[in-house]
Amino acid sequence: MADQSVDLQANAASEQARPSDSLSPEILLEMYWYMLLSRRLDERAWILHRQGRIPFHISGMGHEACQVAAAFAINRGVDYVHPYYRDLAMCLAVGMSAEEFMLGLFGKAEDPSSGGRQMPSHFSHRKLNILSMSSPVATQVPQAAGLAFGIKYRIAQQLQDPEDETQPRLALTSLGEGSTSQGEWHEGMNWAGVHKLPFICLVENNIYAISVPMHQQMAVPNVADRAAGYGVEGIVVDGNDILASYDAMVRARDRAYSGEGPTLVEAKTYRPVPHSSDDDDRSYRSRDEVEEWKRKDPIARFQQYLLDRGILDQNKIDEYEARAKQMVNQSQSYADEAPYPEIAPSLDPSSVYAPVDK
Amino acid sequence: MATKTLIEAIREAMDEELENDPRVFITGEDVGPRGGVFRATMGLIEKHGPERVVDSPLAELSIIAIGIGAAMADLRPICEIQFADFIHPAMNQIMNEAAKMYYRSNGTWTVPMTIRAPYGGGISGGLYHSQSLEALFAHCPGLKIVIPSTPYDAKGLLKSAIRDPNPVLFFEAKKGYRAIKGEVPDGDYTVPIGPVNVRRAGDDVTIYAYGMMAHYAVEAANMVAEQDGIAAEVVDVRTILPVDREGILESFKKTGKALIIYEDNLTMGYGAEVAAILSDEGFEYMDGPIRRLAGPDVPSVPYSHPVQEAFMPSPKKIADAIREIAEY
Repeated sequence: MADQSVDLQANAASEQARPSDSLSPEILLEMYWYMLLSRRLDERAWILHRQGRIPFHISGMGHEACQVAAAFAINRGVDYVHPYYRDLAMCLAVGMSAEEFMLGLFGKAEDPSSGGRQMPSHFSHRKLNILSMSSPVATQVPQAAGLAFGIKYRIAQQLQDPEDETQPRLALTSLGEGSTSQGEWHEGMNWAGVHKLPFICLVENNIYAISVPMHQQMAVPNVADRAAGYGVEGIVVDGNDILASYDAMVRARDRAYSGEGPTLVEAKTYRPVPHSSDDDDRSYRSRDEVEEWKRKDPIARFQQYLLDRGILDQNKIDEYEARAKQMVNQSQSYADEAPYPEIAPSLDPSSVYAPVDK
Repeated sequence: MATKTLIEAIREAMDEELENDPRVFITGEDVGPRGGVFRATMGLIEKHGPERVVDSPLAELSIIAIGIGAAMADLRPICEIQFADFIHPAMNQIMNEAAKMYYRSNGTWTVPMTIRAPYGGGISGGLYHSQSLEALFAHCPGLKIVIPSTPYDAKGLLKSAIRDPNPVLFFEAKKGYRAIKGEVPDGDYTVPIGPVNVRRAGDDVTIYAYGMMAHYAVEAANMVAEQDGIAAEVVDVRTILPVDREGILESFKKTGKALIIYEDNLTMGYGAEVAAILSDEGFEYMDGPIRRLAGPDVPSVPYSHPVQEAFMPSPKKIADAIREIAEY
């Protein structure tokens, strides 16, 4: 098993004043809420799949802390986000609704990601500047470098005011550690470094690429070790610690906004469930290992932190749980009853082209 | 109207679009001070600056992917692939990403990018500087594929490509870059992507061709007109995708005989689709076998001169094929 422990001494950010220290109780509770909502939606999706009501689910469980941290560090709904299929918590925190997630699960017309054309969790949301992703991994990374290149270009050509907070000022992309073996990742990182782009690559390192462990993907202990090879700053962080993840992401954001260049944040985490609804993880890892990681659950950990500081109490937890349950139920019913896409336009060859302005 | 070469027309289109729209930029290998290995971007960095004419790292995938991202950030990238033969590392980004973006996002994200790539044989380029790849991409809904033959069309179609909200592959006949000359107006005009163009009228046989082969077809048609009194009509296909079915059928209704020319490999090539359209929708007009004259099914154009010449369709080979069909 790969060692996911993070040497805090090595984390320069932890030595100084931490940005997370200044997060208000309200913000901390909002972060907690998105982690919880994501988890409950995710659990329901597994159930819906086991009931035969949806054909597929791919989970973001265990990754909620680094995802919500990433979303809260950037200008949510404005900065470009080019995520991958585990980023349910990130997309919810950026502004996607529970209903919108459920619509995707059921393949319904109103699904904002693709109108039911793509498999679930292939997130996209034009109004929130969430880009559309495909299934082949790492394809989003060089595109995100292109988005960041676009931002830099727009500012240089005075198409965009660098201080205008209604415009995207960075591009955040994410992927798993296995996906960093793809040439696309390397080429995207290289452009980001060469052009010093406002670009953040969040690697959600959960040790396994479906079944293949980290040491068969790369010969270095950290993905972030490779960042230097591209002239990119690399940060390793405990991805199950939302506040440490937030601190790392804020540093990356500040570098992007201030023109200092790109950052790779590697969040060490774990996927306590199979890769997808079609996977059986018993063939490649022990139950003991999975149980050990469940004890490090990022939501339980953050909950304890909030309880210890009196920001959360049992009543509030119950309240949040009730609210999440209600939201999950309502969004499920809504999506279940929503109409499917119309067949004719979905299969019309002209629908693959954007209309040309005359 | 001034006479310009194919490559001058292409350069002029880019120059004017850079001038007219601050969102337009060029990236690719050696497009900067070198002006491109074929000189298509010559002088553009001096005129428009290094922020808008950007030498890329030597990695084709990233040239395309950066273009996709920049296009989604509302820029209008022109991505140059130095030779079409080098485009394969970017296949995933072109076919799975750029081509599918609009459809897979249910029409919410668009990729208004142009990919320029010199293609074609007959220039001693061997297997990897000679390829014609239109058929590979033509099987991919969501792309537009343009192959101009005249300088007039090259300028007008490239402007349309740059302004198009969809990803457009713009293949340029490198053999004709300087050999092909024609009248090109100064200033702005466009030629729409889509419709075919009848380059030469005739009633006996229709020849379908594009790019360099459209010139050979016209030459061959003139040859058989003079020598044999055969009136061949040359349809310059210009846009490979989406297919102008009506335009393709139109001429065939008149002649009932078709010869399709391309320097790409024969099998599963563009000609197969044209033949299918004609036999399906034009069956009642058919007056002879629908013939294809194309490159043989070997990987690409071999370097050795006599082998190269034997690979390539030529005006003479086309003329012979026209005679055969006309006699039928």
